[in-house]
Amino acid sequence: MNLTLHVWRQNGPSDKGRFETYQANGISEHMSFLEMLDFVNEKLESEGKAPIVFEHDCREGICGSCGFMIDGKAHGGQHRTTVCQLHMRSFKDGDVLTLEPWRAAAFPVLRDLMVDRSAFDRIVQAGGYVSVRSGSPQDANAILVGKEEVDRAFDAAACIGCGACVASCPNASAMLFTGAKISHLGLLPQGQPERYRRVQAMTQTMDEAGFGYCSNHGECSAFCPKDISLDVIAMTNRDLMAAQVKGRSEG
Amino acid sequence: MRWFLKFAGSTIGLKIVMAVSGLLLFGFVIGHMLGNLQVYLGAETLNAYGATLQGMGPLLWVVRLGLLAIVLAHIGSSVALVRLSHAARPQSYKKVQPRASTYASRTMRVSGPIVLAFIIFHILHLTQGAAHPELQHCVTGADGALQCFVHENVVSAFSLTGANVAYKAFSVVFYVVAMVLLGLHLGHGAYSMVRTLGLSNPRYDRIARALATAVTLVIVIGNCSIPIAVAVGLVRTAGGH
Ligand code: FES
Repeated sequence: MNLTLHVWRQNGPSDKGRFETYQANGISEHMSFLEMLDFVNEKLESEGKAPIVFEHDCREGICGSCGFMIDGKAHGGQHRTTVCQLHMRSFKDGDVLTLEPWRAAAFPVLRDLMVDRSAFDRIVQAGGYVSVRSGSPQDANAILVGKEEVDRAFDAAACIGCGACVASCPNASAMLFTGAKISHLGLLPQGQPERYRRVQAMTQTMDEAGFGYCSNHGECSAFCPKDISLDVIAMTNRDLMAAQVKGRSEG
Repeated sequence: MRWFLKFAGSTIGLKIVMAVSGLLLFGFVIGHMLGNLQVYLGAETLNAYGATLQGMGPLLWVVRLGLLAIVLAHIGSSVALVRLSHAARPQSYKKVQPRASTYASRTMRVSGPIVLAFIIFHILHLTQGAAHPELQHCVTGADGALQCFVHENVVSAFSLTGANVAYKAFSVVFYVVAMVLLGLHLGHGAYSMVRTLGLSNPRYDRIARALATAVTLVIVIGNCSIPIAVAVGLVRTAGGH
């Protein structure tokens, strides 16, 4: 199949950037979207032009490196699919596609379709962990956890930190990501001692990074490749309110 | 105090200020509508209700100033949040295809200011009178009892007879349009408020959304019915018009 691509090209963080149009001809429907771009890049390089830069690593939908907007939809908008797992069979011959990087003040564009997501790392560093004493390991299953809590914690833990939530949110809010990390740990017994300190520190770091607020549009969850539920945001709000009462002295 | 200011100034804190003030205003809108629907019970009932409210004296001003403070908190938090939102995405997308958001949720920043303009007009229209030349204020009768003319005022404001018909027709249209926008605002607002306050439960999410829509519809229909009923002549004063 043959496609027309309008791709955002930006030489570096300080470059203004612009759209450029490329033809992608002879694309196989079995290629992944990133393989299609590899193919386009080979041609660009053979012509002595700079290849389109995009981030990728596992190409299995588990690392969260890849991701950009395809025609105004994060990761192309296919249910539970990252752009590396999106296949060209979901497109038609003659399609015209617009490729844009995630747009958020907290995610500055490094080059072309690649943004700097280190703001997410800072949020996790602020409290997205559980402190444990080192020493001999505990017996497995020594701490009992209810099945429902485990399931909810596991659903939240599925977040790969790709940034599609921020990209899709009309306010560029990072509440789905931050809420997923907070809920994942806050639902488990191991996460309890730091629960209220965590929610305060992580949401404060989120604000400082320059993300917007949540107005419950629900776009984040709708485009999340891991289907993280909006409920993690409600839980974060609840925990932050509780923290004003329970954990204030810690914060 | 410092912890509270820090909390209220965070994005989540601002949202909670917005949600709580929104909840209080939502309650006010319901109460206001129930009071006004007494127009269908006749002039005597509605005028007596008006006299009771006016008779509250200083307490009435406490309520009014309280409402003003709530409105200011609602507007203040929304202005702060909208500014944050613009700062969070300085460069917009060339193309976006929303999937989960609704028309109501995307137009909150438009429906809000229009509803505010309506509230100001409404106060000048049916309370203060600057926008309603025929408005009759309450008077103290010979027996010392307060006499109000709410029913007469509502009828003269919207009945499409007599002088200033064009202005009255405009009033009817403005009221109806504003109520539809208020409905959009409340429809998303009520649902969003529940989530912001962390009251949502996945099990009841559908019900919460349906309930928010149903209550909103009742408010829109109830409020719109009054100017329309007067305009088409269903509600009139005893003396004619
Ligand atoms: S490259 Fe790892 S998730 Fe796409």
